[in-house]
Amino acid sequence: MYFEVCGVGTKENTLALRSKIDRRVAVLAVAVATAVALTSCGTPGPVQSPDGEGAPAANTGSASAWVMSGTAEEAFNASFARWNDAHPDELISTETFANDAYKQKIRPAIGAGEAPTLIYGWGGATLADYVATDSVIDLSDLLDTTALGEDLLPAVLQSGEVDGKLYGIPNNIVKPVVLYYNKDVFNDVGLDVPESWNELMAIVPKLVDAGVAPFSVAGQAQWTLLPYFAYLVDRIGGPDVIASAAEGTPDAWSDPAVTEALVKIQELVDAGGFVNGFASISTDGGADAALLYSGKAAMMLGLPATYDNVKTGMPEFVEEGNLGWAPFPAVDGGKGDPANLTGNPTNFWSVSADATPEQQQAAKDYLGQMMDDGYVEDLIATGGIPPVNMSEDKLAASDDADYFQAMYEMIDSAPSFQLSLDQALPPVAGQELLIQLQQIFLNQITPAEFVDAMNETIGK
Amino acid sequence: MPSPSVPRAVVRRRRTGPHPILLLPAIAFFVFFAIIPLFGAVALSFTQWDGIGPVSFVGLDSWKTVLSDTQTWHGLRLSLLLMVVSWVVQMPLSLLLGVFIAGNQKYRAVLSAVYLLPMLLSSAAIAIAFKNLLDPNFGIGSALHLPILVQDWLGNPRLVIYVVVFIIAWQFVPFHTLLYQAGARGIPVQLYEAATIDGAGTLQQFFHITLPQLRNTIVTSSTLMLTGSLTYFDVVYVLTAGGPGNATRLLPLDMYLTGFQTNQMGLASVLAVILVVIGLALAFVLTRASGFAKMNSDQEGL
Repeated sequence: MYFEVCGVGTKENTLALRSKIDRRVAVLAVAVATAVALTSCGTPGPVQSPDGEGAPAANTGSASAWVMSGTAEEAFNASFARWNDAHPDELISTETFANDAYKQKIRPAIGAGEAPTLIYGWGGATLADYVATDSVIDLSDLLDTTALGEDLLPAVLQSGEVDGKLYGIPNNIVKPVVLYYNKDVFNDVGLDVPESWNELMAIVPKLVDAGVAPFSVAGQAQWTLLPYFAYLVDRIGGPDVIASAAEGTPDAWSDPAVTEALVKIQELVDAGGFVNGFASISTDGGADAALLYSGKAAMMLGLPATYDNVKTGMPEFVEEGNLGWAPFPAVDGGKGDPANLTGNPTNFWSVSADATPEQQQAAKDYLGQMMDDGYVEDLIATGGIPPVNMSEDKLAASDDADYFQAMYEMIDSAPSFQLSLDQALPPVAGQELLIQLQQIFLNQITPAEFVDAMNETIGK
Repeated sequence: MPSPSVPRAVVRRRRTGPHPILLLPAIAFFVFFAIIPLFGAVALSFTQWDGIGPVSFVGLDSWKTVLSDTQTWHGLRLSLLLMVVSWVVQMPLSLLLGVFIAGNQKYRAVLSAVYLLPMLLSSAAIAIAFKNLLDPNFGIGSALHLPILVQDWLGNPRLVIYVVVFIIAWQFVPFHTLLYQAGARGIPVQLYEAATIDGAGTLQQFFHITLPQLRNTIVTSSTLMLTGSLTYFDVVYVLTAGGPGNATRLLPLDMYLTGFQTNQMGLASVLAVILVVIGLALAFVLTRASGFAKMNSDQEGL
């Protein structure tokens, strides 16, 4: 019966054995159990590449890469296709996965020594974990042997480093979270875009009186709440507060900046700062962006995908110049530089330590030349800023030149670029943060309870 | 009924039972996908393992951590609540619907096709569809201009669990309806004819014939409902991922998130073992208490 299959299947089960070979068996058992659970329970599984560029490569012969489906998929595949045409002796096969399916699959695969040669990643704690278990190789020499060091933006390149060595090569657009706003709403109510938190709190009641929700947020997907917290902590206490929590410093969450940020969030919630029922809004249908362009909400924090969602949902809104963007407001007296950014600096390719030397060499040769003009143009076409130093004319040629140039300037001049906290923190802390922060937004817990719960995760 | 029924049953079993070798595929499947992983989980529950590093034996540490974690008990309470409320909602509903569509009228056949539609949809599709329908600004409430349907359905920590109960019922009532339909159609028509001659009305027939005759169906369907909701996972995962906060972090979901989001395989295995034990105990108690194991016929004397 399908009930039972779901029940048994999701119990991730393994044989507790110590040697490496046996660990592979254990991982396989987990993978099988998960596969059973997923297929029988109907959660989306891996997506086979539609154009099927070769079967999943075994760990001999040609190198392999698991590519993420979605906006940058075409840029990845085109880049690998160009490489394979020019280098028949160093072929790289690809297989495409949906985001969540990939995240579930890559870890057991690495544990079992079955990872693809090129491992797609987000940096942060996960990359540090791969480094700690010797699952990926040091790529620092690529900086000497290729032009990558000059091409890539330093702030972005840094997020691919662990302990001063380079383990991840940036491969995707830079995704800062910025404030998007509806210019019509601000004009109608007669307001200016807030540059400081006090200004923000001053306009909230005016927007509420005018019948417009100040902020739209898809609070059902917990990660959408993270930027508010990350930005406030950064503006108040600077980037070191989160950095010390990520490093596992005891009681790192007791920093007064954390409590002050949480108090400010709850003040904003109490003032009616978020759209009614925000905790029921999911990201799936772009409902958060729809609230913004339909004039039901005045502002939202978002990744570059917000720009795309607005443009897709209501092209004339963008064409008529009604969509505005600005940095997150400063906090008066705060230590953090108001030019600091948070978001996803980019994605990375790492090279598997389990691959053969030939596969590793092929992967490194590919990475050394990856950021060619064609790739950069493909990435711009996906609606974002590639992580490279660029002449302005490349961006000026785009349909959305104003937006691109503004984003490029923000990224280029950011002293610090904080990776999304659920990725930057160790997994246990990251998960707990999502839960605790949602409860802060719903006024279910106090900042003091949040601090206690988060301090408990240190060292786990 | 005179006693010869006993030896006759024995003889029949010997003559018509399929050869035991036919059981092998099912047993092999069960051993490979259920028994072996189960022992794996028990073994892993005494270890600490992050999925890619070495597996280290830590004795009872994982058990202590899990049993002293308030989240475990919160998840267990939620799962039990979901189990009981789901049964209270689904059992009468599917019983009535099943008996209703067991009738042979044409309009009932049409309606039954409609009722059974949700069975065709995958859990993920159902969850995503409901997520959009329940959107407070663009969902069904604002589309139909029915303010009563504009609620903070998925964002109110007290309300959300009942929303989950509703959606699970929407998904599974059709299946149980089908069970009851089959059960009701198996009731000999002579019983109703006799009752009609004796002057019994529709209600009396339902309570004195249909309900007692459906006893085994009720036990089967209820066992599936109760053990099913105890291990319920997929719709909740896609719909709320345990949120808001931990308002829908059921025990199976807690197990999954512990294992695959925070990579604590040892702790997740403890939760898995706890779930197995509760599930087995539940199924055992249910079959014992209901006398289902004796497999008595309800139609003796016919």
